Amino acid sequence: MLSLLLILLASLFFTGIIIRTKSLASGRKGPGIFQPISDVIRLFKKGAVYSETTTFIFQIAPSIYFASVIMAILVIPFGTTKGIISFNGDFVFFAYVLALGKFLSIISALDTGSSFEGMGASREALYSMFAEPAFFILMGSFALLTGHTSFYDIFNTLHFDSYISYMLAALATFVLIMIGMIENSRMPIDDPKTHLELTMVHEVMILDNSGFDLGLILSASYLKFAMYGALIANFFIDDLSFAIAIPLFFAIQILFAIVVGVLESFMARFRMSHNPQYIFTLSSVALLIFFGVLLVLEKLT
Amino acid sequence: MNYTTVKNNERIQLSAIPELEYELFWELNVLSLMSEEHNHCVNYFGFPYEEKIKLICCIANDETHTIYVSSSLVNTSTHYPSFTSHVLAFEKFEREIHENFGVQYNNHPWLKPVRYARNRANQDETIATYPFYSIASEELHEVGVGPIHAGVIEPGHFRFICNGEQILHLEIQLGYQHRGVESLFLKKDNLLQRTILAESIAGDTVVGHTTAFVNLWETLCGFEADWHLQFSRTLALELERVAVHTGDLSAMCTDIAYQLGSSVFGRLRTPIINYFQQWCGCRLAKSLIRVGKTNFVYTEELAQILLKILDAYEPDFIEMCKELFRLPSALSRFEKTGVISQDDAKKLGTVGMAARMSGINRDIRSSHPHDLYSEMQHEPIIKHHGDVYSRAQIRREEILQSIANIRKLLQNIPAYSPSTLPLSSPTANSFALSLVEGWRGEICHCAITDEQGALRCYKVKDPSFHNWLALGLAVRNNEISDFPISNKSFDFSYCGHDL
Repeated sequence: MLSLLLILLASLFFTGIIIRTKSLASGRKGPGIFQPISDVIRLFKKGAVYSETTTFIFQIAPSIYFASVIMAILVIPFGTTKGIISFNGDFVFFAYVLALGKFLSIISALDTGSSFEGMGASREALYSMFAEPAFFILMGSFALLTGHTSFYDIFNTLHFDSYISYMLAALATFVLIMIGMIENSRMPIDDPKTHLELTMVHEVMILDNSGFDLGLILSASYLKFAMYGALIANFFIDDLSFAIAIPLFFAIQILFAIVVGVLESFMARFRMSHNPQYIFTLSSVALLIFFGVLLVLEKLT
Repeated sequence: MNYTTVKNNERIQLSAIPELEYELFWELNVLSLMSEEHNHCVNYFGFPYEEKIKLICCIANDETHTIYVSSSLVNTSTHYPSFTSHVLAFEKFEREIHENFGVQYNNHPWLKPVRYARNRANQDETIATYPFYSIASEELHEVGVGPIHAGVIEPGHFRFICNGEQILHLEIQLGYQHRGVESLFLKKDNLLQRTILAESIAGDTVVGHTTAFVNLWETLCGFEADWHLQFSRTLALELERVAVHTGDLSAMCTDIAYQLGSSVFGRLRTPIINYFQQWCGCRLAKSLIRVGKTNFVYTEELAQILLKILDAYEPDFIEMCKELFRLPSALSRFEKTGVISQDDAKKLGTVGMAARMSGINRDIRSSHPHDLYSEMQHEPIIKHHGDVYSRAQIRREEILQSIANIRKLLQNIPAYSPSTLPLSSPTANSFALSLVEGWRGEICHCAITDEQGALRCYKVKDPSFHNWLALGLAVRNNEISDFPISNKSFDFSYCGHDL
């Protein structure tokens, strides 16, 4: 329960901080940090427009996408507090409930019949597919390390006591930040600010969505960011008391948002053909974690 | 002689242009482009003449600083062999002649409509039925972009044939704007209206096109622009180059999602265009250039302001360029993207930046100098790779070169002595041609007068007109997501093409 509330709270300002960081980095003042939320509220007050070529899939996809993100958040624990749902193997559930949402958004993009949206959908499907091994190698390694298969148990039995385990946490944070960037279609994989349909990945898939539906998609992506932030925070919260853990949670979220903002300010987007290469690198970093775990468990001799 | 030789901004009698049989005319011009690499076609157009169509072909030779003009009379009932079948550089020009007057060609490889002018010969052809090149394969897919641009700039349709993410073919179809600039030049007989019309040909090349117009008009009227007028035109051209190139670098950074470059170059462009506002009251430099006079005399105070602006501009610009041109993520987007080989560029007859990026030394400022360029000994900046990176480098170096030129110009500001004589009217039965190197490349205006000295034909050629094809070829085998950056790095004009 606590983690859901905290993630909801963090999602209110997360994207706002990214935008603010980018504005400041380019010498502009930038909008207030709650502007993205105000935009979503404005969109929620509107009706949606549907093109005649679309079917019911296009209409249900945004809701399912949004619901899938909420479902995924439910399994995330907060320190010693369980998530609303917690069972053995819930990290597999986490990954595939998100994949379900993504699948719906991909077929809804195809449903519009636009050549742009088809291209975007194919790109997004490809990148998610490539990011999947990294996530499972990462979580699998921690499952191996702790002997548990649910987020709650993994995070609660994970204790950093040696140099190797600190290194593992640092690498895991890096992999999670990058997966978060890929899943949210941010730089350097995708440019969320571009107006050029031909270079878009995620943005082009939602070109036809409007009003309430667009609001759902946007708020789902804010939630997704805060969700990955919460996963990262869990590595560091351990069994700290709430008085320290909750401020630490928000500090990590804000730091994550600033890192995203800075990353997006000072580099160019990758060439599309370099993206798969880059995403595969994450899998190799995850493999490093795996070998680290084997070292800790003394299975490598 | 089969042709007559003129210089840039020189007036001749229309009758002085030799009128050849089409076969001879064909041979002369096709051979001239095929045999001599310093030759390129600056304009090739037709106009109605005694119930027939008179074709005038102007070939510029960059070595001898001259332009060879020849002509031929054709009718619409005969089929003629096309120039294009041998020299690709004539492709757009012949399509235009065919569209406007219905001149038939029997071996033109790509005889499609150009811009659907209201007074085109065949009114049955409409933009809705444009004959796109298409494919029957199920493996390939087509992507149509436009005519509404994603950034809502100007209309143009781009039809891609792709194999997955790879572009196999791009067809660019323009002609959505029907302003009828050339016929308006004939209709409006007020000089001021015509000047304003020239200013409106392309909003990003106001100085370039207006300079071409006023130089041409002064040539027709036999008016000799004094040093001050030439000075202010040259200065404005160089300033326009600095401003637009900086804005383009900013836009290129935007297209690769490099935010820092985008905002810094964007900020640097502003003081330059704002300076035009201080000089003449318009950030686009409209109303600055007038035939035979200037309403905004350049003063020492203006020069001091400009020097201050440039002093602030230069260090920031150089610093930002250093950042951009060594940023690995930016370079990986720029390098080897949108390549035009020197061979292709020569065949296409590209001009301006689109030629200089592929190692072709083609710059009106050095080959056919006008205004103060004759004294400047301009050295064109040449790059050799023909990719986005070369175009970005050309911009960076041309900006620095233009600033150096401006500083040199400002050392000696000539006093203005308004001409006391009223401007005479254009001479009758004349032909004149004016070439100007705008920031985008060579602008060519041609005018022909009738027996009364009224305009009989006015022809505008923006560099974009025939350069657009270079973009279509440059993106072949590139990823489709690299199209926007290739497009921006060329930065061709839609309205300059559509007129």
